[in-house]
Amino acid sequence: MEKFTTHTGVVAPLTRSAVDTDQIIPAVYLKRVTKTGFEDALFASWRQDPEFVLNQPAYRDASILVAGPDFGTGSSREHAVWALRDYGFRVVLSPRFADIFRGNAGKQGLVTGVISESDTEKVWAIIAAQPGIEMTVDLEARTAQIGDLRLTFEIDDYTGWRLLEGLDDIGLTLRDEAAIAQFEARRETWRPRTLPVR
Amino acid sequence: MSTVAARIPDHPRTLAEKVWDDHVVVKGEDGRPDLIYIDLHLVHEVTSPQAFDGLRAEGRPVRRLDLTIATEDHNTPTLAIDQPIADLTSRTQIETLRRNAAEFGVRLHSLGDKEQGIVHVVGPQLGLTMPGVTVVCGDSHTSTHGAFGAMAFGIGTSEVEHVLATQTLPLKPFKTMAITVEGELKPGVTAKDIILAVIAKIGTNGGQGYVLEFRGSAIRALSMEGRMTICNMSIEAGARAGMVAPDETTFAYLKGRPHAPEGQDWEDAVAYWRTLPTDEGAVFDAEVFVAADTLEPFVTWGTNPGQGVSLSDVVPAPEDFEDPNEQTAARRALEYMDLVPGTPLKDVPVDAVFMGSCTNSRIEDLRAFASIVQGRTKADGVRVMVVPGSARVRLEAEAEGLDKVFVDFGAEWRFAGCSMCLGMNPDQLAPGERCASTSNRNFEGRQGKGGRTHLVSPLVAAATAVLGRLASPSDLPAHTAVEA
Ligand code: SF4
Repeated sequence: MEKFTTHTGVVAPLTRSAVDTDQIIPAVYLKRVTKTGFEDALFASWRQDPEFVLNQPAYRDASILVAGPDFGTGSSREHAVWALRDYGFRVVLSPRFADIFRGNAGKQGLVTGVISESDTEKVWAIIAAQPGIEMTVDLEARTAQIGDLRLTFEIDDYTGWRLLEGLDDIGLTLRDEAAIAQFEARRETWRPRTLPVR
Repeated sequence: MSTVAARIPDHPRTLAEKVWDDHVVVKGEDGRPDLIYIDLHLVHEVTSPQAFDGLRAEGRPVRRLDLTIATEDHNTPTLAIDQPIADLTSRTQIETLRRNAAEFGVRLHSLGDKEQGIVHVVGPQLGLTMPGVTVVCGDSHTSTHGAFGAMAFGIGTSEVEHVLATQTLPLKPFKTMAITVEGELKPGVTAKDIILAVIAKIGTNGGQGYVLEFRGSAIRALSMEGRMTICNMSIEAGARAGMVAPDETTFAYLKGRPHAPEGQDWEDAVAYWRTLPTDEGAVFDAEVFVAADTLEPFVTWGTNPGQGVSLSDVVPAPEDFEDPNEQTAARRALEYMDLVPGTPLKDVPVDAVFMGSCTNSRIEDLRAFASIVQGRTKADGVRVMVVPGSARVRLEAEAEGLDKVFVDFGAEWRFAGCSMCLGMNPDQLAPGERCASTSNRNFEGRQGKGGRTHLVSPLVAAATAVLGRLASPSDLPAHTAVEA
C-alpha cells in the first residue's frame, strides 16, 4: 500500500446522503475474478445519467469525494472500496460512514475522513461556485484546504497511522517477519507439507 | 512472542486452547489480535481470484507453497468433465485458478486429476489434515477438518490473501463450548442425525463466537467420516469451528496416507497428539448435553438447518414456537417449502435425492447409501444423484462395485464436485422441486432457484429414494442385503 501523507486533487460533490454499497457498485459486478479494474462499475447505474456529477467534465478526474452522511451503508462488499480506488479516488469525506465500509477502506488505502455537516455544506457551496476546484488533504494534520476554507476531519488513530505508514494488514504483519521466521524454524517436521507431491 | 511459559501453562486447558497456544507467533497486546500461524491453506476457485490479484498488485509471492494446495470443486460439472465448461462465469473462475496456480507455483488438482474433489474431502484423504494443526480455506465448511483435532475455520478473500502472503492471520481468541453426546445411538441413527439434532437444539446462532468441542462416548464411537460430518455442520450452528479430540480412530485413519508423517515423525506426532485432548478440570465457556439414545433419524422441514425434527414427527405449526421471530421464520419457511402443519414428514413425497457434498460424500457415506439401495429399484419419477466427494472416492467406490449398485438401482453415478449442494454448477433443482439431500444447507434456492431441500443422512436419503417419500431404512420391507 502506498504511503498517504498529503494529497491534492479535484474534489467532486456527491450531494446525497445514505449512499449504500449497492449504489457504489451494483451486485452484477461481483462475479468478476479480479481485484482491480472496477472503475467502470463505480456508481454504474447513476453514471447512466449524463447529469451525474462524475459525467460532468469538471469532475472527470476527481480524486476526492465529499458526500452526504451515512456513506457506504448496506452490503459488506469490499468491491465498493475497490471501485472507488480504481476510479482514482484517494479520499472520501462525509459526516458519517458505515463501519464495515470504513474498515474495508482502511485496508485498501482509501482515506475516509469524518467532517461536520456544516463543513460539508460549505465545501459543496465552494465547489458549486468553482467547479473543478482542487482540495489539499493533509492526513498528518487531519486538515483539508479548499480555497480559503480550512477544515479538520477525523479518522481513528490506528487507521491514520497505518495509512501514513502505507501499511495494509499484510504489510503490518510482515513487520513481524522475524517472529514468523523464528516460529517457522522451530515448527515440528511432522506438520503437513503439500510439497513435494506424494 | 510465543515463549516457553506460554507453551507450558499451569492451568488445565481445552483442546482448542492448546492448539491455539501452540500457534501464537506474536501475542497481541492492548486488545490487539494474536498473530496465529497457519499450518495448511486450502484454496478453491471461488474465493481465491482477488487474493492472487492482490498479491500480484503488491508484487508479493506466496510465502509457503509447501503449505498450500488448491482444487477445483464449486463450479465443476459432474458429467462430461472432459468438455469445456459451458457456463462462462464458471469457466472463467476455473481458468483463473489454473492461471494463478501456474504463475505462483501452487499445487493444483484440476478436473480430471485423480486427487481432484471437494476441498474438504481432499485434505483429509491426502493425510494433510491432522491433529493439532491450524487449517484455513476461503470456505465456511472448513470446520470439517476439526474432526481430526485441528483448529479449522473459513476465512474471507482478504484473509486468503493475508495467509498466502504471510502464512499467518491476526485473530482474537474464540470462546469454547463443549457439546457432550453420551450413550449409544439406536440402529439407523448416524452422525448426521446427531448434528442436525444439536443445531435444532442450540439454534443457527447458538454457536456464534465459539469453537465447539464434540465429546462423549457417542462421539468417540464414531468413525472419522462421522466426525467430519459433525464438524462440517458446526458452522450451521453459527460456530467458528468444531473439534473432536484425536484418538486411536484418528491415528488409524491417518496412518499410511500419502502426506501423513512417517517413521520418527509419526512417533513424535502421535506422542504430541496424545497430549491434545482437553485436560481434566478445564473450563468451557458453555456446555450442552445430548443423550444419544434419545435421538432418531432427523430431517429438516424448513429453510435453515435449525428447522428440523425427528423423521417420525409431523410438520410443526408456527404457533408451536414461543419466539415471535421463530414464528415468522416458520411461517415463511412453510410457505416456501409448501408444507402444511400436522403433515407426517413420512408422507412428504420428493422429486429428487441428492447423495453428496462435503458433509456426506466420503466412501463410508457411499457404502451406507449402497447398503440400503442394493438389490432395490428407485421409486418411479424420482431423480437420484450420487456424487462422490473426490475423484479418489469415485475410484474407491468403483473398485468396490458400488457404482454398479447405484446404477442398477436407477441412480446417476457422477464425477466428483460440490454438485447439487449449491446452484453454482449445472446440477440444480428446478423451481418447486423437492429434494432429500445429504448436504448441509437448506436455504431458499440453495440447490437451485425455487428448489426445496430436506437435509437428511445417507441412510434416510437411500430409503427415501426407494419409497419416493421421506423415509428411514426401518420403513422398508425386509431386504436381503447386508447392512453396513
Ligand atoms: S459441497 Fe457444498 S458446502 Fe461443501 S464446499 Fe462444496 S458448496 Fe460448500
